[in-house]
Amino acid sequence: MAEAILETAGLSKVFGGFSAVSDVKLRIETNSIHALIGPNGAGKTTCFNLLTKFLQPSAGTIHFQGEDITRLKPADIARRGLVRSFQISAVFGHLTAAENIRIALQRKRGRSFDFWRSDAVLRRYNDRAHELLFDVGLADAAATPAAELSYGRKRALEIATTLALDPVLMLLDEPTAGMTEADVLRIVALIGRIRAGRSILMVEHNLSVVSGLSDRITVLTRGRILAEGDYQTVANNRDVITAYLGTDYA
Amino acid sequence: MFGLTRHQLLGFAVLVVVVIAAPFVLYPIVVMQVMCYAIFAMGTNLLMGSVGLLSLGQAAYFGLGGYVAGYLVESLGLTPEVGIIAGALAGAALGTVFGWLSIRRQTIYFAMITLALAQIIYFFAVQLTDFTGGENGIQGIPRGKLFDVFPLTRDLAIYVVVAVIFLAAFLFVYRVVHSPFGQVVKAIRDNEPRAISLGYKATNYKWVIFILAATLAGIAGGTKAMVMGIQTLSDVGTSVSGLVVLMVLLGGIGTIFGPIIGALIVVAMQYYLAPFGAWVVVIQGAIFMICVLVFRRGIIGELAYRLRAEL
Repeated sequence: MAEAILETAGLSKVFGGFSAVSDVKLRIETNSIHALIGPNGAGKTTCFNLLTKFLQPSAGTIHFQGEDITRLKPADIARRGLVRSFQISAVFGHLTAAENIRIALQRKRGRSFDFWRSDAVLRRYNDRAHELLFDVGLADAAATPAAELSYGRKRALEIATTLALDPVLMLLDEPTAGMTEADVLRIVALIGRIRAGRSILMVEHNLSVVSGLSDRITVLTRGRILAEGDYQTVANNRDVITAYLGTDYA
Repeated sequence: MFGLTRHQLLGFAVLVVVVIAAPFVLYPIVVMQVMCYAIFAMGTNLLMGSVGLLSLGQAAYFGLGGYVAGYLVESLGLTPEVGIIAGALAGAALGTVFGWLSIRRQTIYFAMITLALAQIIYFFAVQLTDFTGGENGIQGIPRGKLFDVFPLTRDLAIYVVVAVIFLAAFLFVYRVVHSPFGQVVKAIRDNEPRAISLGYKATNYKWVIFILAATLAGIAGGTKAMVMGIQTLSDVGTSVSGLVVLMVLLGGIGTIFGPIIGALIVVAMQYYLAPFGAWVVVIQGAIFMICVLVFRRGIIGELAYRLRAEL
């Protein structure tokens, strides 16, 4: 078995008596694309927020690269190379596309409280920012405020911003949600291109995206793991078909 | 120069000319008051504009700056620059503590905490009569000699000092906004969860902004005490906290020239409407409402929007 980059055990989250996620054991292998699917309300996003520390688990542990990260803060795990995207496209609207990426790039400076220094020192990141924009097909939009980009292009910008941190593990929350067919193909191609040397965990509704990209799929329903395996295994699992389509189809 | 755009450079040039010409046309004391309040408002604007936090307790830092400067100069006989620097440090220190206590809250909760903390300072100012003079305030603060050399007794002499502090504060705020730090702060304002997910501890950035705002308030308060020669309880009260918010809103939140225009209008109103007595407050309230209802961007904000420029 390949080495695991992220591993959870007994991961649970209770919201005032309601178990949104219970006893989830996930194992994401290094350099693989792992998909987390499930019907609405299955706990995918909660699970995602637990892994990225935007929520604190009620029970269970999370290990990233062998280290326990269960009690760390979101900004801390980002610094370790576990970087997430958001379901609602998350860009910095008043900043230009290039500046959006520079925000990620300048984090490497470490000391970013220097309010007395001119922002001209950030110019050295411009070349890398433009490279990344070019990679995601946004070369023409470098000087456009992010708020003015179309939905699909905002998502592309978000992925480029995430990539700018050179993450070891990328967590993509529904990367193709709400996109046109053409945009979906672009994003799928993009994820295929950037996967080299990285691990990716994505939550996704669009099964064609999942089937084409992921090495392994975990199906969640009602906060529990229902099935796990490659696309064929999962697609033929009777429980999964029931969960998605109802008992009549099983 | 300094990274200012053409419009901004023009604005700055106009500002410098106005600052130089003003004391020969207007009553210098009033112009100096405008500059002091403008420094205060520029700090408050940092908080409101760049991280979107409305504080209702900025008078605490303004008042403390004034008391510290006034006390050191009047009672201990120190020089005015020491008084003002001490006022700035006192504002910064108080801002560090109060900021730490309040910065984790947002919107109305943040506003309420800042208000409550500022009231504590107000009541200290009432009670600690040895230091603040209580209801009487600190009277007859001598302007003294700058660096123990240049006497500031003449209005024009102290005017030069205030003008230098004012222009330096303006460039300082501009630099803060256009620094690598300022860039991250803008990102946090636009989308805080995303900034956190990129590894930025958003709370710490807001805290630094809060401290900077408090420091500027301390400088403004200290300078004003030197100019007026008195420091009173009204400088640390809630009405001053409200007034500075009004200045920022009138001028335009998040603009670089807005706080100056806001301070100019509010101080001019207080001065020229003084014959109307208590009606000043009513008129200010009416202007505040009109501003919120009609042009929400504020005066400079509206101008910048029309010109499609950052002002």
